[in-house]
Amino acid sequence: MSIDTDTARRVAHLARIAVKEEDLPALAQELSGILTFMEQLNEVDVEGVEPMTSVTPMRLKRRADAVTDGGYPDKVLSNAPDAREGFFAVPKVVE
Amino acid sequence: MSALNQLTIAEARDALRKGETTATDLTAACLSAIEAAGALNAFVHPTPEIAMDQARAADDRIAAGEAPAMCGIPLGIKDLFCTKGVPSQAASRILQGFRPEYESTVTQQLFDAGAVMLGKLNMDEFAMGSSNESACYGPAVNPWRRGNDTAPLTPGGSSGGSAAAVAADLCLAATGTDTGGSIRQPAAFTGIVGIKPTYGRVSRWGIVAFASSLDQAGPMTKTVRDAAIMLGAMAGPDPKDSTSADLPVPDFEAALTGDIRGRKIGIPREYRMEGMPAEIEALWHRGAEMLRDAGAEIVDISLPHTKYALPAYYVVAPAEASSNLARYDGVRYGHRAKLAQGDGITEMYEKTRAEGFGKEVQRRVMIGTYVLSAGFYDAYYNRARKVRALIKRDFEQAFAAGIDAILTPATPSAAFGLGEMADADPVAMYLNDVFTVTVNLAGLPGIAVPAGLDARGLPLGLQLIGRPWEEGDLLNHAFVLERAAGFVSRPDKWW
Repeated sequence: MSIDTDTARRVAHLARIAVKEEDLPALAQELSGILTFMEQLNEVDVEGVEPMTSVTPMRLKRRADAVTDGGYPDKVLSNAPDAREGFFAVPKVVE
Repeated sequence: MSALNQLTIAEARDALRKGETTATDLTAACLSAIEAAGALNAFVHPTPEIAMDQARAADDRIAAGEAPAMCGIPLGIKDLFCTKGVPSQAASRILQGFRPEYESTVTQQLFDAGAVMLGKLNMDEFAMGSSNESACYGPAVNPWRRGNDTAPLTPGGSSGGSAAAVAADLCLAATGTDTGGSIRQPAAFTGIVGIKPTYGRVSRWGIVAFASSLDQAGPMTKTVRDAAIMLGAMAGPDPKDSTSADLPVPDFEAALTGDIRGRKIGIPREYRMEGMPAEIEALWHRGAEMLRDAGAEIVDISLPHTKYALPAYYVVAPAEASSNLARYDGVRYGHRAKLAQGDGITEMYEKTRAEGFGKEVQRRVMIGTYVLSAGFYDAYYNRARKVRALIKRDFEQAFAAGIDAILTPATPSAAFGLGEMADADPVAMYLNDVFTVTVNLAGLPGIAVPAGLDARGLPLGLQLIGRPWEEGDLLNHAFVLERAAGFVSRPDKWW
């Protein structure tokens, strides 16, 4: 499977990583190389195989649906690049 | 007695209990060693004040008696572990300045046991890499050199700082994490012991996530006995990690009986790779002979899907990484890009992530995004998960046929030079994981044990793979191999 420049641009946008227009061809080539390596998986007969979920079969743990933590907004916000009045601040989202 | 920083955990524990030394003396010795080892770039955030406070508290506990085995033992902590109030940035620019408000379960358990944190250790960015060269701090350097050649070598990756620090006696032991070989490969490159436990044995809570179905933390130590002692303190069920196993933690050290008579050791023929260096092949052979001499039976086995492990890994791991790393958006923590007039939230995300993530991380996030995108999910991701099930089945069949442990090389080569792989294809770097990655995919425990030196005097390791949840038994096999190999070489101190 080979990735063209348009696909590379789309993947970069989906991943929310800015890539300069002039860097897209090299990126496309690099991603194509890695995907070619993965093509080997097509040789394997996976008919009827269930995807692996865990090392030994185990039911997902459950707990009581109760609040066990929280109530410290200052701690939650302490690492924010921009926090104001008890909120995370971001550029305008809605026009 | 050796210099205090050169002690093993077991030696230090015994000396502390007998009152022959103190945790503060041990810690001070390590802190001096760290200060003198800037050239290794292993400790990237030293925490001497925390260390001395913890050491004093440990001495009080030891004086009061009843101190656990890890009490007063100075450790290095990989930068991937969140440590309260201490920089924890996964060697990434995007987590610059991040100081967690909480403690990872593993470090909390170690501290509860009285262990001392000397500081945070270098690693590949987000644990993605095999040479420590993707770190935002610059690479850690291997204390080992090729004879008189002064060219700096990689300590391996991603737990490169941990490996360099333990091999250079900057700490008694260190924490590592292993997603595709990140404990075992650096351990092999630096002549130390590293164990990746069964997936679920150690809580992942508070460890920066790379690929959640593969990540597992473990100890990196000078000896197998130390690995047994430290794993005991790290392991156990954790209500904060729903994938941690509700199994009691056995006394791993007590499992080191040194008796493996009658045990069956599998030698998987698919691990005999084309172009494998003769030295690695010879070492593997010698390892099998050592186990045979100890009374084990050596059996040729087949793990037919081995060949597909790396491609399956490089679908599953980036897919999970792209999802896990979506949280680095410049909103809640870490780096945020400076924005231009008129930039909105999308530009903020895109610029922040372009500036904050290094090249390898960007590459893997994009590969992961692609294989999970509409139309490709089944072709890549689901297929890889099915191949993963087949790889696991290969191991299950071997164990069902009576195999107790599997012996393989740990790495396809000795440590290579920093920068030597710079122009190589990314896939060439991925091949470092060829012997280790199957173990993560199958969720099994695996351990790297130093077993010899190559022609240029660099350490080489062997890997043993065990049955799920049988770390004690695996460690016992490793203990026998360690004793028989008698690896005592140390790097010449040049730093």
